This record gives sequence, structure tokens and C-alpha cells, in this order.
Amino acid sequence: MPNSLHDFFQQLGPMYPEFLVIAVALIALVADLVVPRGQKHLLGWLGLIGLAAAAALTLSLAADHAGNTQTAFFNGTFLFDPFSVFFKMVFYLSCSLGILLSMKYLSVEDIHRGEYYSLMLFATSGMMLMASAGDLITLYLGLELMALSIYILAGFMRGDGRSNEAGIKYLLLGAFSSGIMLYGMSLLYGLSGTTNLNGIMTFLQSADLTNPVIFLAMVMLIVSFGFKVAAVPFHMWVPDVYEGAPTSVTAFMSAGPKVAGFAVLLRVFVHALAPLQGHVSAILAVIAVLTMAVGNIMAISQTNIKRMLAYSSIAHAGYALVGLAAATANKAMMVDGSASVMLYVLIYTVMNMGAFGVVIMLRKSGSRGEEIADFAGLGKTNKAAAFLMLIFMFSLTGIPPLAGFMGKFYIFKSAVQAGMIWLAILGVLFSAISAYFYLRVIMVMWMYDPKQEFSLLRSPALALALAIAVTAVIVIGVAPSSVLEIARASVLGLM
Amino acid sequence: MLELMPNTLGYPLLSLLIFIPIAGAIVLLAVRNAAAARWIALVVSLVEIGLCIPLLANFNSGTANMQFGESMSWISDWNINYRIGVDGISILFVALTTLLTTISIMVSWTAVQDRVREFMVAMLFLESAMIGVFAALDLFLFYIFWEAMLIPMYLLIGVWGGPNRLYAAVKFFLYTLVGSVLMLVAILAVYFTAGGTFDVLALMNYKFGHDFQLWAFAAFFAAFAVKVPMFPFHTWLPDAHVEAPTAGSIILAGILIKMGAYGFLRFSLPFFPDATIFFTPAIMILSVVAIIYGAYMAFAQTDFKKLIAYSSVSHMGFVTLGIFALNSQGLEGGLLQMINHGVSTGALFLAVGVIYERTHTRLLADYGGIAAKVPVYATFLMIITLSSIGLPGTNGFIGEFTIILGAFKHKVIYAVIASLGIILGAGYMLWLYQRVAFGKVTNPHNEHLSDMNLREVVAALPLVILVFAIGLYPNAAFQVMHASTEHLIQHMQAKAQTLPAVAQAVGALTGH
Repeated sequence: MPNSLHDFFQQLGPMYPEFLVIAVALIALVADLVVPRGQKHLLGWLGLIGLAAAAALTLSLAADHAGNTQTAFFNGTFLFDPFSVFFKMVFYLSCSLGILLSMKYLSVEDIHRGEYYSLMLFATSGMMLMASAGDLITLYLGLELMALSIYILAGFMRGDGRSNEAGIKYLLLGAFSSGIMLYGMSLLYGLSGTTNLNGIMTFLQSADLTNPVIFLAMVMLIVSFGFKVAAVPFHMWVPDVYEGAPTSVTAFMSAGPKVAGFAVLLRVFVHALAPLQGHVSAILAVIAVLTMAVGNIMAISQTNIKRMLAYSSIAHAGYALVGLAAATANKAMMVDGSASVMLYVLIYTVMNMGAFGVVIMLRKSGSRGEEIADFAGLGKTNKAAAFLMLIFMFSLTGIPPLAGFMGKFYIFKSAVQAGMIWLAILGVLFSAISAYFYLRVIMVMWMYDPKQEFSLLRSPALALALAIAVTAVIVIGVAPSSVLEIARASVLGLM
Repeated sequence: MLELMPNTLGYPLLSLLIFIPIAGAIVLLAVRNAAAARWIALVVSLVEIGLCIPLLANFNSGTANMQFGESMSWISDWNINYRIGVDGISILFVALTTLLTTISIMVSWTAVQDRVREFMVAMLFLESAMIGVFAALDLFLFYIFWEAMLIPMYLLIGVWGGPNRLYAAVKFFLYTLVGSVLMLVAILAVYFTAGGTFDVLALMNYKFGHDFQLWAFAAFFAAFAVKVPMFPFHTWLPDAHVEAPTAGSIILAGILIKMGAYGFLRFSLPFFPDATIFFTPAIMILSVVAIIYGAYMAFAQTDFKKLIAYSSVSHMGFVTLGIFALNSQGLEGGLLQMINHGVSTGALFLAVGVIYERTHTRLLADYGGIAAKVPVYATFLMIITLSSIGLPGTNGFIGEFTIILGAFKHKVIYAVIASLGIILGAGYMLWLYQRVAFGKVTNPHNEHLSDMNLREVVAALPLVILVFAIGLYPNAAFQVMHASTEHLIQHMQAKAQTLPAVAQAVGALTGH
């Protein structure tokens, strides 16, 4: 039956990028056996090549499908649309940056083992599946694939108590949230008789929305996704896990999975649960305010930079949730609200991973370099590193003309457009509060005298990652037009 | 209705003014030598002054329209355009910015020894952003420049400032940021209310509802009042002024705090005329409070810079008093006084910087009797002191006199209190001069004080010339701004109509 086999492969076409990433991960796993110790970074480069190929493949598929807003495969369980393409590109970016940041760092930590890169690629393939999920089952599969890989990555420093704690904590809380998610999903399935997102939307359009079970399901989904994106009050795991995990994993974890979480949030709440719009928006708005408040206020008192960035990443999830609340406010807001979230997570990925890149530079044998005080006087001795950190910090604060400002601007613009001015006001005020702790890093670097000799971790890979991040932060800040257009065009798959 | 008159010079004059400093800063990043960094920065700043010549020469003071206009699409999805242009309100600030930046670079020649290249990069970025603020005719573009200014200023205070610089830098940053972000929300609200445009000229003609005006005005006020700074939002100013390096103080006092008042003139008044009239009594009261309070506080200071900082609070009180008198005398006086204050306070901080570099103290008690040792310096300080007091023949007199004229027309009581402020001003400034320059040399360290050198004299000279030029022939300045201020008044009269009584009120204010 050559024809049907041909058809089968034809049908698999849109999944080739996923297959490619998984294949590269498996190859890396096998190649690990022959690559000698001390040469493990070769596997990292292999992963990068794989990601680049996957990106090229995704783009060529996108070009093939140009014109179709959405193509569904396998009975609608797998979707190929501009929306998923946008997120996949962000995942490739975050995984590539993560690999580049890791190479030298893993050697210093003496945990340079081949499976590290495989796990990152597996996690990435899980995220890709999440972005393309058209069905609750696919969504869950992708999510678990991602989460399981990252549980291991978080505990990758086997000999380190903090890393172990991070892995276990993340695993336990992640398992709870997965359980809650499954419960919510099963309720939805029980009500609608389908796990297909389109089917659920169709069901809800004619359903009696006063049914409390629908709300229970909705709340459970919000809770479980809230865990994944580290929204308050489901954020408790974040500081410990971020602090304990190897810094390169923290960098990856703060971007990739969070972005994937937002991809799913958009797909489920903006698309599948569209009939519940106003209610979702109200809940998300409250969570957004709590998230911004706790993230920004708790970050002020941190002395460890990884913990500070952990709270800061909570706060940034809060800003993105503001955009999500705007996107779910009403039909007219779906495009701009969703696009603002998408632009934001992209910008957040580059600036946050860039900041972690500088943190990694300070890691050298003998000193962790994780205290904010360790940055003292960096601006006197290592101007380039301090200058990069300055740009990332101002961008995270949201000062123009850097990308962070454009991201926040679009978010708050959407909130105002959706009529949630109060939310925008709270958002900008918390954003002003955040200036305090970001500025402190700049102050310590540039305005304190050096306490010690710096011998920074340097490698071409790290330099490349930082160069990509800083270029993106500046270019998107000065000329956001093209990225913005892409984000807006990519939303169409959601509608 | 105002129009953006396209630039006909054949080269984008305003864009050059905005972007040459940034280009210079990028070049500087590649320079390692401190001396070379100084020279490059100086040359760039002189080129900027040079560009002001065609700017002023080709300016048509007969029209209120925006001139040297440039417009192109920037972020089309949000309908954001790169639109710039200047009118009689903004052009003098552009010129003043280029002048004070050059002076700041000159006074930092030997005063800044640490990380010279970075210092000059910050100065040039700051210059770009400041000119951008005055030239921007798109609210979003304006906001970008307005906020971007915070970065170099924060670094100037924090890295090159005095002993308590960290506290001052953060305080400056947070105060201004909180005010600014509230304005950002208001900008967004204005954008959506007016149908999706950031175009300043279009927004001027949009009639916002009365209630909307009230809270939008309040949000803009948050940003501008902190910047001015108006009492009671002024507390960052003494700290920032005192801790900033001389160049930072000059820019801060000369340009940055003018931006608040400029914001009132460019945005608050024309966008929200009804709200302006609604809030005028409160703002007038805050202004006179600032005049008296600033002067009162200045009397109590023992620190040279802090005294000038509080005198700035007092002087900026005059400026807001003039602006919110809402008549042509008040507006023009306020506008001129902004320039005057930039000149005289810039010069005062220069004077402090010159003496501080020699003595490393700013305490007034450490001086005394230096007039005999440094006659050139003492003369310079005398001229500036008199300008600051407002002696007839100097620029300060014209500004304050016109403002009081305007305030008198608005309500006599304000003029009376403001005049009291002038008397107090004479008191603390003359007392300052007496403590610094007259009497016997009390501090043995001052016995061998060296006088101003050629570089310092060259830096100070343009300001001294301006003191007398504006003082003796103020019409040159008034002419430039007249068409624009007249238009502003008429515009408000025509637009303020949600309350009939309000229109009459403006009419009454301007009519006689």
C-alpha cells in the first residue's frame, strides 16, 4: 500500500520539526557514548545545528501553508498555524540560548554530561507539541514531556543539596499541578464529550454557562497553568527551584516553559474557552495583580541574584497575564491582547536569558558569584559585561528605547484598550517599583568599588548568546515594527 | 489649527541635532584614550551648537506653526510616527540644550577623571534625548525621549556624584519614573479616546470630555510636577542637585527641570483646557507656596549647592505661576524665565563647580573673603547673583517682572506674594555672595586659591553674555515665542467650551 504510506508521511509533514528535534536528542544520547569527557560541548553544537535545521524546516512549512490560517492534522489533535510557528521560533531561540549559555558553565560546575543536551531538546520538543496542541491530550503529553525533562535538569547537580531540593520540589509541585489539570480536563471532557479544543468551544457556545461544573473546570485549568507560568499564588516553588537549579537551567527554565505555558493559556482561554471570556478575564486580572505585586515586592529584599531574578520572572508573568486578561476581555480584544502577550514573551525571553548569561559569567571555580554583592565594581574592571547587564536591567525595568519597554507598552496599551485602566495603572506602578531592585544591580556594578579581582567565565558560545540577546533587546526596542507585525499576524490561527 | 511645516533646508536639521550626539557616543565607545574622548565629545557638542545657527536663522517667528518638520512612519501598527518640529515654545530650549551641554563638557574637563569615556557617552546620550523631548511631536516619541533621559542622568549622578550619590540617584530615578508611568497610562487613554493617534497637533484639536480631561490632566501633572519640581514633589531635587557632578547639576537645573514646565505648555494646556482652568487655582497656590518655601529653605542652607537647589524650587514656582496665569504676559514671562533660569542657575552651578574643584568643599562656612584672591571668579559670581535676583538690566528682571505682571492680571494676591519671593530671593542670594566673597579670608586653605583659568572663562562667557543680552534686549526672545504663545491662548479660548463660564473666564483673563 505505497499510496497510503505516502499519504501517511504526507500527513506527518507538519510534525517534521518535532521529529527532527526528538531525533537529534536521541542521536545526542547515543553519541554521548562515544564523545569523550571534556568534549561534551560537541553535543551542544549538534543540538544547535538540529535546532537551526528545525527552525528552517518550520519556516519552510509555514511558507507552504501561507494563506491557510490553520491546518489541523490527526483529527484535529495537532494544529499547524502561524500561532504555533511563532511560539516554536521562540522555543528554538530559548533552547539555543540555553545551550550556548550552558557549555562552559557545565564544565565549571563539573556536570558536563551528554544527556543534558538531550534533555533540553526533549523539553523543547514538548513545548513545540504544546504550542501545536489542538486537543487536551496532545497538550498534556507535550506538557509532561517538557516538565519531566526539566525536573531532571533542575536536579542535574547531583552532588549539590540545593539542586536536589530544586529537582524534588519542582517534581512534587509539578505533579500536583498536573493532577489538578487532569481533573479540570476530565471535567471538561465529561461535560462536552470531547477533548478537542474546537469541540469544547462549540460545546460551550451552546452550553448553559451558569453550570458550576464549567466554572470548576475553568478554575482548575487556571490553577494548573498558573503553576506552570509561576503566577501568584501558585509561585511558591519558583525561588527555591530557580536558586537551586544550575544557573544555565534556570535561564532556560525561566524562559522556555513559561513561554510554553502562555502558548497554552492563549490557546485554551482565548480560543477554546472563548465563550467564557468575561469571567476568565476577571479571574486573570486578579491573578495578574497579585503576581505583579508579589513578584516585584518580594524581589526588593533579595540578596541572591538568582532569587531576585526568580521573583522578577514571577513579576513578568504578571505583566503577560495583564495582556492575557485583556485578550480575554471581549472579542474585539482577542487579536491585540494575544499579540501583546506573544510579543512580551519573546522580548522577555531574550532579556531575561541575557541577564542570566551575565550571571553565568560571574561563575568561576571557587566562588558562586550569585550574590548581588558579588557584582560590586564590575563596571570598573569589566566594562563590557557590566554594560550588557546594564542594558538587560534597564530593559527588564521597561525603560525606552529598549525592548522591555515596547513589550510592556503593548501589554498596557491592550489593557487600556480593553477598558481595564485600573489594571494598567497598577501595572505601571508595580513596574516603577521594579526599577528599585533592577537599579540596585546597576548601582552595585557601576557605583561600588570592586572588592575582588574578577576572573570572568568566558567562552565564544557565551559571547554569542549575549550578543544575540543584546542585539535583540536593542533592535526590538528601536524598531519593533516587524516583530510586532509578525506577532499580530500570528494570532490569526487562534481565531 | 497648527500645521507641521516641512523642513525645506535640504537636510534634516532636527534629526541631525537629535542623532549626531548618539553617533558621537557610539564612536566614543571605540575610543580608549580619555583625552581623545573629551575632545570628541567637545567637538560633537560644538557641531550641535553650530547646527543651531541655521535653526535660529531660518526660524520664522511670524507663525505659530511647527517648523523644520519631519515626519515618517515608525511603528505603523500602532500609528506611531517619527514626527518632529519646533515652534516658538521649543526652539529656544533646543538652543539652550546645545549650549549647556557644551559648557558641561568643558567644566568636566579636569573635574572628571574616572571613566571619562563613559561620562562623555552619557552626556551625549543625554543631549540627544533632551533635544528629542523638545522636538517630538508624537506623544509616543516624546515619551521615549522623556524616559530615555533617565538612564544617562541616573548614571551621571550615581557614578560621578558626591558621597551620598547612590541615595540621590535612586530617589531621582524613582520619583520621576512614578510620575512618568502615570502619564504613560494617560497617554494611552488619550490615544484611544482620540481615535488612535499620538499626533500632538491632531490631539490639540480633539475635544476631550470634561471628566476625561480632569483625570488625564492629573496624570500628566504627576509627570510634569515631579519634573518641575513643584512643591510638594520637590524633595528629590535638593538631593539630586547636591550629589550630581557639576555637569549633571548644570543639565539638571538648566534643562531637565524645564521639561516639566514645557510639558504643561505643549501638552496639558492645549489638550485639556477645561481641566487646566479647573486646576488653576490649586496650581497657583502651589506655585506661590513653592516661591516662598523655596526661598525660606534657601536661607537655612549651609551648602552652596543645596542653597541653589532650593532657589531653583523658588524660581520654578515663578515659572508655573506665570504659565498658569493663562494670559500672554504670564505665559511669555514664564517661558522666558525658564530660559533665564537655565542660564543663571546653570552659571551658578558652574561657579560652584569651579570653586569646588579647587577647595573640595561646598560648605559656605569654608569660604569667605575670596573676592580678593580670585577677582575674576568673584566678578562672575556677582553677575550671576544679580541675574538670579533679577536686577534690572539682567535677564532675571525681565522674566520675573513679566510673570508678576501676568499674575497681577490673574489675581492681585498672587502677584503680591510673588513679589515677596523676589525680596526674599535678593536676601538669600546677596547673603550667599557676602558669605562667599566678602570679608576676610577665614579659611587658610583659601589663601592660595587660583582664579578661573581660560577654559573656565570661555565656558562661563556665553552665559554672562546671555544674562545681559536678554536683560537689555528681551524682545529678541519674546519675538521668537510670541506667535506661539498667542496661538496657545487663542487655542485654549476656542477650545475650552464644555463649560461656557470657563471660556468667559479665559476671555476675561486675556481680554484686559
